[in-house]
Amino acid sequence: MHWIFEPGLLANSSVRTALFIGLIVAVVSSCVGIFTVMRAQSFAGHALTDVAAAGGAGAFYAGFAPLLGFVGAGVLGAGAMDAIGVQRVKGRDIATGVVLGASTGLAALFLYLSATSGTATGSTQLILFGSIFTVQASTVPEVIGLSAMVLVALGVLARPLLLSSISPELAAARGVRVHVVSLIFIVVLAVSVGLSAIVIGSILSTALLIGPPASALKVVHRFVNALALSGVFGVSATWMGIIFSYDSFYWLPSHRGLPVSFCVVAVVVVQFALASAVRRFVRRRITVPPIEHGRDDQIGWH
Amino acid sequence: MARDVEAEPTDRLLEVDDVGVVLGGRQILSDVNFRVDPGEFTGLIGSNGSGKTTLFRVILGLQHIVRGQVRVHGQPLTPSNRSIGYVPQKVLFDPDMPVRTRDLVALGVDGQRYGLRRRTRVMHEAVEEMLVAVEADGFADRRVGGLSGGEQQRVLLAHALVSRPELLLLDEPLANLDPGSVQEIISLLHRVAKNQRVAVLLSAHEMNPLLPVMDRVVYVANGRVASGTTDEVVRTDVLSALYGHHVDVLRVHGRVLVVAGVEQSNVADVADHPELVVE
Repeated sequence: MHWIFEPGLLANSSVRTALFIGLIVAVVSSCVGIFTVMRAQSFAGHALTDVAAAGGAGAFYAGFAPLLGFVGAGVLGAGAMDAIGVQRVKGRDIATGVVLGASTGLAALFLYLSATSGTATGSTQLILFGSIFTVQASTVPEVIGLSAMVLVALGVLARPLLLSSISPELAAARGVRVHVVSLIFIVVLAVSVGLSAIVIGSILSTALLIGPPASALKVVHRFVNALALSGVFGVSATWMGIIFSYDSFYWLPSHRGLPVSFCVVAVVVVQFALASAVRRFVRRRITVPPIEHGRDDQIGWH
Repeated sequence: MARDVEAEPTDRLLEVDDVGVVLGGRQILSDVNFRVDPGEFTGLIGSNGSGKTTLFRVILGLQHIVRGQVRVHGQPLTPSNRSIGYVPQKVLFDPDMPVRTRDLVALGVDGQRYGLRRRTRVMHEAVEEMLVAVEADGFADRRVGGLSGGEQQRVLLAHALVSRPELLLLDEPLANLDPGSVQEIISLLHRVAKNQRVAVLLSAHEMNPLLPVMDRVVYVANGRVASGTTDEVVRTDVLSALYGHHVDVLRVHGRVLVVAGVEQSNVADVADHPELVVE
């Protein structure tokens, strides 16, 4: 493998691990994120990040790897949300809100216990905002395994998931078991959120989940293109964030680097702003409506 | 059940027998009986909330029924019956959704298939053909969310028809259209249905625009239905019995008016002689 960035960067094994995990997690988040945005489940995704925070904090306090807690709690939370009624539009907000509140409380409890037990300094920073440079290389196989599970699930569900994201009614009429598909999707979402929690922290994993797909959807019309562009945005944001964070150690006279999560989210926001600007520019150039052949039903253009 | 089928060989496409539906403890539909023969155009007429959409869900196998049976070609309904196409009443498409007209139509072929199989040339040709048939080829590469209501309806029609179903269910396709578009959509539907040899069951609260094309009418009111040809069903006595109170059926310039709310005593003589009203 050959990297185009500064050679000194890659001499550092934790940077190599960070870049590798960042790559995989960004790809997974971008793929899951496209569906999340299309299904308008960003809020559910955010609630799952809070569940992941509670799980990560609990695992940390109990002495397990945070990834285990992030993913395990996320999957349980997904099940809880489904049981409360995330399927129904009206139930969705309530289910999400209840799970979000309960898990944030639990996260607060575990982080407090970890902090007061004195063994773990910086647990709050680690769990909530991530610390990818501290991720052990031994975590890599777990990350690969979970990512493969997510991608295989998305590959199997592909078209039924797409159709039920466009319209649950159309999917049901074609014989898709919409409830089963959305239950599997929310579990997939939970695993994906748990994975991105180790890169940029549980609280910020929504940014990686929603940001790159939202930017991609601004500028392309085809689903496969949106998927590809979202992956490009996600990976570039993660890698640039990691590199900026590493380099920022030398930027400031105080020699204190900026956190990775901040750098990743900053790039995500810049991407979104640029994508919005591109869209506005393109729109302005094509908004002169072509003259239609006088059909009665073509009244509105939007 | 097999014995019934043998005893009564039939080319009937759809049979709805004694169907009853309870939703949230309320009896929504009871004793619903009607049939649709291959290639027929049937209007499902009833006011808003009369249970038309529920009836469609029953036919699609998505609604649990407490009584009765629905059969397609004499066989009990199975959830994976793909010989029925469906166009829901209102589908809200997100304008940002990265789905073009041709993508949604293609999902009418393989949207229920798991896995990532590639689409074949035959499939692409079927999609292309259907886009032309519903006159949607002009906007095939535009996002569905950015299309007008009439255009979206054509896309949904192509989505429902591309798998070559034998029966097409259309839930209130004429609602929210201006009168000119209503005529255009009806003639398009009629033409496409004839060409594709598909039977149509179309729900509407207003039957007049459908009179020239309807082979049969299924009138829903009060949770029950009356079905037959227009002349058999749209009559003062039949509809009064269905509504459970007196209604007048008036025919004016080839159009039908169903008028309710007249005092029973004032119209008793008319009710006894429906031939005075029904031509």
